[in-house]
Amino acid sequence: MGVIHVTDRTGQRHTLEAIEGWRVMEIIRDWGLPIEGLCGGACECATCHVFVDEAWLDKLYPPTDEEEDQLDTVVTEPNSRLSCQIIWTPDLDGLEVTLAPTGA
Amino acid sequence: MTDHIETDVVIIGAGPVGLFAVFELGLLDIKCHLIDILPKIGGQCAELYPEKPIYDIPGFPMVTGQGLVDNLMAQIEPFHPTFHLNEMVESLESIGTPEAPRFRVKTSENDTTFVCKAVIIAAGGGSFQPKKPPIDNIEAYEGTGVFYAVRRMEMFRNKKVLIVGGGDSALDWTVNLQPIAKRLTLLHRRDAFRAAPHTVEKMRSLVAAGEMDLHLGQVRALKGDAPVLEGAVIRKDDGSEFTVDCDVMLPFFGLTMKLGPIADWGLNLHENLIPVDTEKFETNVPGIFAIGDINTYPGKLKLILSGFHEGALAAQKVHRYVYPEKKLLFQYTTSSTSLQKKLGVAA
Repeated sequence: MGVIHVTDRTGQRHTLEAIEGWRVMEIIRDWGLPIEGLCGGACECATCHVFVDEAWLDKLYPPTDEEEDQLDTVVTEPNSRLSCQIIWTPDLDGLEVTLAPTGA
Repeated sequence: MTDHIETDVVIIGAGPVGLFAVFELGLLDIKCHLIDILPKIGGQCAELYPEKPIYDIPGFPMVTGQGLVDNLMAQIEPFHPTFHLNEMVESLESIGTPEAPRFRVKTSENDTTFVCKAVIIAAGGGSFQPKKPPIDNIEAYEGTGVFYAVRRMEMFRNKKVLIVGGGDSALDWTVNLQPIAKRLTLLHRRDAFRAAPHTVEKMRSLVAAGEMDLHLGQVRALKGDAPVLEGAVIRKDDGSEFTVDCDVMLPFFGLTMKLGPIADWGLNLHENLIPVDTEKFETNVPGIFAIGDINTYPGKLKLILSGFHEGALAAQKVHRYVYPEKKLLFQYTTSSTSLQKKLGVAA
């Protein structure tokens, strides 16, 4: 058991219980925070774009080419990731992410 | 009134669920027209994940998105549905009564009008529309300085053009507009492009020849007294910022789905989904049904197979609207000669 911390688009920080093997997108969605996850986690839409706290970036598997291609379709920061491509494991207990802004 | 198309049912959305509804309606002798904003049939299956395997379609251990669409097209072929692609339903107006519903449906692009007895909304996540980057005040420049598509190339002659993106649209328009633009700049977040290799090469040779500019970074802000665009502030990965002068910016960030005009049709909505009952999958407006990912009800699962079930049940109620005098006899395709005749497989 462990948690992730998610800052929503209003700046409010939420601590969510995490489940091993779940995608971070799925954890955020399951707790009812506004994350679209349109394609359902298939790395095809970039609507689960988050900014990962710098301290955690190196602990994640680097993005695949497929994820980089999808990140091309949003306005990124150097710490941009798709949360559907981060599978939660106990190593990621305390992971800090911020929901990226969405366009109109 | 101008020319209109008279039909039994208009289905909004030509994804897998809309396609299978054609089958269920067809078995009940109900004719339909399908409208989709995409230029192709298949919805998300064809647009987002044509090559991705799907493992939870009953009877198919594995099928790709496009494979499923192709099979559905073969399955509904006997019913000859009419497709209206590249069109978005702009308005949906009730012109009947709750007992005998009738609707007038209008699309945007060709201004087609349909008159029908029932409407089935199978629009998934809504209509596919260009992704708009989250840049402050970008709306104020849309249509004057910011465009998400190129309708007429001539509009960009002698303009300072900034294209943003790294896919086929961005690269194609880069090489197409470069010869007529005053100066063309391509901006992308990294030095890798997922476009056709020859187009990428062409772009690189133009850059090498000094005939256009390529920058790596992200647009942070727009400059100029809206609606007149004068420049874009670009931030590089190292955090430094600079400005690119431009009269127009064309962001090509792919497609996303938006509820769009559905919100204005007098339907109850719950978090951008349409609540329906689980007997007929009808909305709060009699005669308007919602099936597939766009609907919601207690226990809803956004699975393609759920949408198939919903379409079958909705068709039963649609039959009552289309043939109020006829009693509906429940039959199986395995044993019913009349159903087999409709499918063109009767012995």
